[in-house]
Amino acid sequence: MAPIISVNNLTKTYDNGFQALKGVDLDIEEGEVLALLGPNGAGKTTLISIICGIANKSEGSVTVGGYDITRDFRKARELIGLVPQEMSVEVFEKVISTVKFSRGLFGKKQDDAKIEQILRDLTLWDKKDNRIRELSGGMKRRVMIAKALSHEPRVLFLDEPTAGVDVELRKEMWDVMRALKKSGVTIILTTHYIEEAEAMADRVGVISNGELLLIEDTDTLMKSMGKKVLKIELDEPVTEVPPALAEKGVVLSPTGTLDYTYDTAAQQTGITDVLADLRAAGLKLADLSTRQSSLEDIFVGLVTDQKTGENAA
Amino acid sequence: MNFRAIAAIYKFEMARTFRSIFQSVISPVVSTSLYFVVFGAAIGSRIETVEGIQYGAFIVPGLMMLQMLMQSVTNAALGIYFPKFVGTVYEVLSAPISVPEILLGYVGAAATKAMMIGLIILGTAGLFVDLQIAHPVAMIAFMLLTCISFSLFGFIIGIWAGNFEQLNLIPMLVITPLVFLGGAFYSISMLPEAWQTIALFNPVVYLVSGFRWAFFSMSDVAVGYSLLAIAAFLAFCIATITWIFRTGWKLRV
Repeated sequence: MAPIISVNNLTKTYDNGFQALKGVDLDIEEGEVLALLGPNGAGKTTLISIICGIANKSEGSVTVGGYDITRDFRKARELIGLVPQEMSVEVFEKVISTVKFSRGLFGKKQDDAKIEQILRDLTLWDKKDNRIRELSGGMKRRVMIAKALSHEPRVLFLDEPTAGVDVELRKEMWDVMRALKKSGVTIILTTHYIEEAEAMADRVGVISNGELLLIEDTDTLMKSMGKKVLKIELDEPVTEVPPALAEKGVVLSPTGTLDYTYDTAAQQTGITDVLADLRAAGLKLADLSTRQSSLEDIFVGLVTDQKTGENAA
Repeated sequence: MNFRAIAAIYKFEMARTFRSIFQSVISPVVSTSLYFVVFGAAIGSRIETVEGIQYGAFIVPGLMMLQMLMQSVTNAALGIYFPKFVGTVYEVLSAPISVPEILLGYVGAAATKAMMIGLIILGTAGLFVDLQIAHPVAMIAFMLLTCISFSLFGFIIGIWAGNFEQLNLIPMLVITPLVFLGGAFYSISMLPEAWQTIALFNPVVYLVSGFRWAFFSMSDVAVGYSLLAIAAFLAFCIATITWIFRTGWKLRV
């Protein structure tokens, strides 16, 4: 199946010479949730802004549903809903009229049943006649999502949907996203919360310094790049690691456990050997546990690698 | 053409007007009445007639022009500046909508409001003086052209403005003096000769003069020149806006 969004060699250079995007290639499949991770100023918002028509590209091309965003901008944009990062709402308007305005703006015939459905799904129906300024922060964000969904887009961009919101609201936003994904909407979200990407995304892209460093299935990414730590708790704690084990890279942790870090993707993890050496050293096990490294570790590793590479070059 | 989008913007802007209809209407009516009291009654009693027209009636086209210019510029400027200010402009920029459609929505609404105010002032003036309109069709046409071209101008101001002070700067510092010096309250022929020549560089002279012709069949400059001037201004505004959207100046980075 052709990707719903195809980004080819996209660059963006601002008038002051700052290069926000340096040749990004990216295909997004219909129905997936893609999380774009990256530090502040990495180019996430610039990428989204160009696809949605808010910023002009410098070079490269983007198609949405097969339509070029410049040549066939109407058809491309009809497919897209955008929830920007900044809280931007018409504070004096009523909830329902602002949502209807959005639908009209995207050229869709007014459909009261559809608007009601959207507002109900976002638990905004009770507030439909309230002025937006009377709503809480969480509700305002929901209004922005309702506006973005008003014209029934096939792709939804959520730019930092949970930045600066409390834990409860974040969980709420996740529920909203899950429901949207279920309905078949493709979701692209930017975030710098690794937890969010891990919880929500089918695929993760890491952007740093205007480049897409990698894009991978969330699970595969975790597996292929993830390291695991085997924590060995002993019946009687030791003060130093037996030489045979130390040779294999086992270290003594501050909590007194013996830690063995291994690569899950390696052909031989070496766990059996470690356990055999333990036995040979006459140590008795009290408990064993393993811990998977998180996306955060991977992410920090990647961005640091890029920086080190640059410094070396 | 995305007619639904044009209608959505137009209705949204008109709703904004009607939400504050009282302020929208009351202030031009009050200020116009004040002008009538000051210029019409107090000063007018000493001037009596200008080129055979009662002074009170003579100033009506100028007063309408003053208010319509102010209303066009401020409404259109605020119409686009406010979404820019609160950030909601992202929606318009990301919508499947072209520049002419955006303009029809915003400028159409601002021009409509200015037209309404113009007609209300005409009605108010009718309470103070006897008015005869020689060329009603031409009067409406002048009003329309003026409201549309100055709403376009206001739209440009709204895009240009970086803060609320700048937003008010042009109406206060440019429009008001131009109208006052543009013969709203006197005939250019009443000025010393040197000033008459200088006045001809004031675009508002042509507007007021042409508009006055529609009322009284008399004008400072030939009505053809008035039409030419307003057409030129319209073309200038359209060209500027086309450039703005092509380069994305202050809107699309």
